[in-house]
Amino acid sequence: MSLLLLALVLTPFVGALLIPVANKYFKWSAKFTGLASAIVTLLLALAIAISFDRNSSSLTQFDFKVSWIDVFGISFHVGVTGIGLVLVLLTAVLTPIVLWADFYAAVKRPILYTSLILLLAGSANLIFLARDLFLFYVFFEAMLIPVFFLIGIFGGANRAKAAMKFLIYGLAGGLIMLAAIVALTLIATTQLQRSTFDIATLSQSISLTPMQEMWLFLGFFIAFAIKAPMVPLHTWLPDTAEQATPGTSTMLIGVLDKIGTFGMIALVLPLFPNASAQLAPWIIGLAVVSVIYGAILAIGQKDMRRLFAYTSISHFGFIVMGIFAFTTIGIAGATLYMVAHGLSTAALFLVGGHLIKQRETALIADYGGLTKVAPVMAGFFLMAALSALALPGMAGFVSEFMVLTGVYQRYQAAAIVATLGIILAAIYMLWLYQRVFTGPENEKSNLIKDLSSKEVIPLVPVFALLILLGFWPQPVLTTIEKSVANVMQQVDSVDPAPIFAIENKEQN
Amino acid sequence: MILQPATGIFTFTWVLVALPLLGAFLILVFGKQLKKIAPYLAIALSSSSFVLGFIMFLQMRTRPAGERGFVSNVYQWISSGSLDVSFGLQLDQLSIAFVLLITFVGTMIHIYSLGYMEHDENRGRFFGYLNLFVAAMLLLVLADNYLLLYVGWEGVGLASYLLIGFWQNKHSAATAAKKAFVVNRVGDFGLSLAIMTMFLAFGSFSFSAVNAGMQNAQDWLALTIGLLLLLAAAGKSAQFPLQSWLLDAMEGPTPVSALIHAATMVTAGVYLIVRSASIFNASEAARNAVIIVGAISLIAGAIIGAAKEDIKKSLAGSTMSQIGFMILAAGLGPVGYVFAILHLITHGFFKAVMFLGAGSVMHATNDNVNMRRYGGLSKLMIFTFTTFMVGYLAIIGIPPFAGFYSKEYILEAAFSHSIWVGLIALFGAGLTAFYMTRMVIWTFLSPPRWEDGVHPHESPKSMTIPMIVLAIGAAVIGFALTYNHVFEEWLEPVTGFEKPNAPISVFALTILTLTVVAAGVIFAIYRYRTISPTTPQEVSFLTQAARKDLYGDVANETLLMRPGQKVTKGLVTFDEKAIDGTFLGVANMVWSASRLLRQTSTGYVRSYAAYIVGGTLLVMFLLLIARL
Amino acid sequence: MSPEAYLILSSIIFSIGAMGVMLRRNAIVAFMSIELMLNAANLALVSSSRTWGNLTGQVSAFFVMVIAACEVVIGLAIILTIFRSRRSASVDEPSLLRW
Repeated sequence: MSLLLLALVLTPFVGALLIPVANKYFKWSAKFTGLASAIVTLLLALAIAISFDRNSSSLTQFDFKVSWIDVFGISFHVGVTGIGLVLVLLTAVLTPIVLWADFYAAVKRPILYTSLILLLAGSANLIFLARDLFLFYVFFEAMLIPVFFLIGIFGGANRAKAAMKFLIYGLAGGLIMLAAIVALTLIATTQLQRSTFDIATLSQSISLTPMQEMWLFLGFFIAFAIKAPMVPLHTWLPDTAEQATPGTSTMLIGVLDKIGTFGMIALVLPLFPNASAQLAPWIIGLAVVSVIYGAILAIGQKDMRRLFAYTSISHFGFIVMGIFAFTTIGIAGATLYMVAHGLSTAALFLVGGHLIKQRETALIADYGGLTKVAPVMAGFFLMAALSALALPGMAGFVSEFMVLTGVYQRYQAAAIVATLGIILAAIYMLWLYQRVFTGPENEKSNLIKDLSSKEVIPLVPVFALLILLGFWPQPVLTTIEKSVANVMQQVDSVDPAPIFAIENKEQN
Repeated sequence: MILQPATGIFTFTWVLVALPLLGAFLILVFGKQLKKIAPYLAIALSSSSFVLGFIMFLQMRTRPAGERGFVSNVYQWISSGSLDVSFGLQLDQLSIAFVLLITFVGTMIHIYSLGYMEHDENRGRFFGYLNLFVAAMLLLVLADNYLLLYVGWEGVGLASYLLIGFWQNKHSAATAAKKAFVVNRVGDFGLSLAIMTMFLAFGSFSFSAVNAGMQNAQDWLALTIGLLLLLAAAGKSAQFPLQSWLLDAMEGPTPVSALIHAATMVTAGVYLIVRSASIFNASEAARNAVIIVGAISLIAGAIIGAAKEDIKKSLAGSTMSQIGFMILAAGLGPVGYVFAILHLITHGFFKAVMFLGAGSVMHATNDNVNMRRYGGLSKLMIFTFTTFMVGYLAIIGIPPFAGFYSKEYILEAAFSHSIWVGLIALFGAGLTAFYMTRMVIWTFLSPPRWEDGVHPHESPKSMTIPMIVLAIGAAVIGFALTYNHVFEEWLEPVTGFEKPNAPISVFALTILTLTVVAAGVIFAIYRYRTISPTTPQEVSFLTQAARKDLYGDVANETLLMRPGQKVTKGLVTFDEKAIDGTFLGVANMVWSASRLLRQTSTGYVRSYAAYIVGGTLLVMFLLLIARL
Repeated sequence: MSPEAYLILSSIIFSIGAMGVMLRRNAIVAFMSIELMLNAANLALVSSSRTWGNLTGQVSAFFVMVIAACEVVIGLAIILTIFRSRRSASVDEPSLLRW
């Protein structure tokens, strides 16, 4: 079974390398090779998801481990955790969709583009599966490269600047994390008399002084807070989203930014449980600020893509809140939120992308009254907007409710303020919809063509999943159940009991 | 009351929701292919829901009073840690009453829309939305826990949003739709927090768990949850202070106003409060808050209704006022719950009739809504006039029409609570008589003041038949439901019931009410002997205020919208200048430092050699110093 | 044997070479000065090897010679090309590689 996992890890990279070769020697189009390898990855991920043992409370399954740099105790060690599996599935679902959608956007250099997207997906998979800190770090940095080129080559007018900003923010975070990793392994080496980067070992057999833990925590946390942008480290995201292609933005915000929140669950909490617990109130506070600040800024944006980016900042605030609430519901909700947010971001960027591509402007003021000329697009856009504002029946609702409930169990005031975010979400999303699709028609509205059936195809699975997970989130929740329980155990936290116990509690 | 696991036909409760949901799905997804049959499909599915509901109702009646509640657990919805929510449906006496109201009035309005929307190019979509609404509303009243109720709660909000903004290319419609949704979200904020508080307190938010838990909970908890639920109810039911969206919501097509913004959705707040009886029973302060909100809305809505010239907005003010009646009744506690629901049902019938009548009038006058340009329609639109009159007699409470019974009971309960609440309700009844008489006179009885080119005519049968059916309902349902106290006995196991104990006798109270109502009617007749076709500007302060919705929107704008816009603008600048500026500033510093330092790269090989030598000497020198 | 005299000689030669590199414009002369510096280093290496009775210094000196030879090959080739294109052997002329 570990070989299945190895195949999953390798397929995107093989695909990325195969694309130029196959194109040259067999005349296979980049689209074909790219989609094929993305779909093979998806099938492998599904196979793993099916054979994943949901009742086992072991930390990882399907472990694959070979020694890599022996001197430092570094190994190529991948393994599946419930939370990681869910995110791998998200990546695997989004990759073919993005590839399909962007082909109809007629990308300039399809071979390069497809290869880069696959490299990105491959790196993301490795990060979600890495059980070795060094492996994690290497791909944490390596994935900056494909994104840098995706923005810098395929982006809009200001792409060079945006790509540079993205890269510098990413590298700065990576550098801070590298320092923390080095310090951590040095401490580990002195304590264990051998060098190791194994995440499980590091989390279990190292004892840190409170001071050390605090600093190392900050090193990791800042890196992840840049990636899953939290106020005030967020300004790279709107600039990047404004310039990147819709597909790149989908992969970037939908998948790559999840590495930040995933890192918080998978590394920060297990490695530094005490510091996490100690700083949790501050981080929750910062997350609440992100939620409200991101939402208010989204209301004030003039550019659609920047608006989407700011909504994501608000949503990442919710995810971080759920993680640092230290409750089962909060962490499970945060994980589900990552999936829901990935899908709804994809929906927004892909539908919005069709619009922007046709008129070559993302300024909201340039649009108006499009329902008449493009009813199908309007319907999809509205659904995407509704999923972003967490309408019940969409996946976002269940996860947002779980996160808020999880936080409310410990930090009532924070949860109340964050709940105000649902009002702001209604304002930014519906006002956007109103300005773009309803109201009097703009004189240039007639230039817009409605979605064709080929353009609708990649959207269907996204929306189907959003609604399915809204009414039946159990597939995700059961997959992550044990994994979340492990995290709760690692941070030594117990869910608060209800204040008033009910006698003869009936089945809910 | 103990709920039983569903058996027999009651295991099919989910079908009630599924039928209209299927319709909505089919129509909205395959709109093009189903264009022709969409309306009929929608009507068929909504009416089959009614038929199924009716069969269930008959089945329920054959069972003893304590065994009429059923829970069917459709599937496990969310399960994570201690959170365990089922997609469970609860069919009891209260929900079945709503199911019948929603599906019956809903079906009638579907049929009415056949005629009303005949010429609209998007009418398929319209019927899809209507079905979506019926499904969501049924889910709302059938849910067995607050979270699932919340799904229906926002679902009806969505349907309402879509239908208010149905004519999307009208700027005012799009704005009104958004406003309705956002204001409703303020209420949802309350509902979310209420649910979370329930979970914090009891570890569950199913109705049964909360009912059980409230028995040993403390006062503050009941008060907190009660006030949060009241906020939710105020948002959905357009009660003070969240009333502002309802008047704007009249931008939607008239059948929508009849179904959603009069008969069913806006009354969901009343349902919520009555459903949460165990919470409100536990806190007198929460009940008092409910009474105050109800009383303010009752009077404010009536005043607004009395000043509007737009027939639909006047009716909307009336809706707000009548729901104020219901909320007030619900706030009275076990004395009032049953009557709140009774009034809700009778109101559903007579207000629907009147809205449909207003739609029929608009249909006849080229979509004019200004009552000042109506008049003299009683002879030309005989069916509309007759049915409207039935609704009129019902709402002002003339026996034996439906409103008389429900209102009379509420007044009785109000007087038994306190004399002041009773007087406020009585005053509200008088105002109702006044503004409704005004509407009837302006629309039907006064001399014609039509605009040029208007030739009023009776509406097609598809419109008049539903009106007649609903009018018959508005005429008889009050008597039918109160005869021999059937309704009290029916609901008692769910909501509890106490006999009102008014300080004056029922007979005296009836006489008193009828006198007040008659006074209102007579004053209106006296006041509106002549009607100007243009709006007089020299009017009292109260009229001016009422025309502006008692400054509700002005208050919202100055207190929330404008400061909100300023904050948004300020934060956008802050983000750009301060936050991004700081990081850009660091970047610029690095850049200038590099510009300074790179001056040393002159390109002259010899100076590089000099740097090397100098550097070496420096290191040697430092080593020497370290040595010493 | 006292290495002092050798080391003094070595540092004198080294200084002359360094001065030559810094002060002379002609590329060939600069090159010769570099050779001087390398050989000064070689002298120091060999003398300390002798002092300590250890061969490491002499081996290092061989390495330096090899490097010097390589350097001459490449360096002269570069100087030649520059001279061909610019008709000058001044090291100050080709100062294009700067900020």
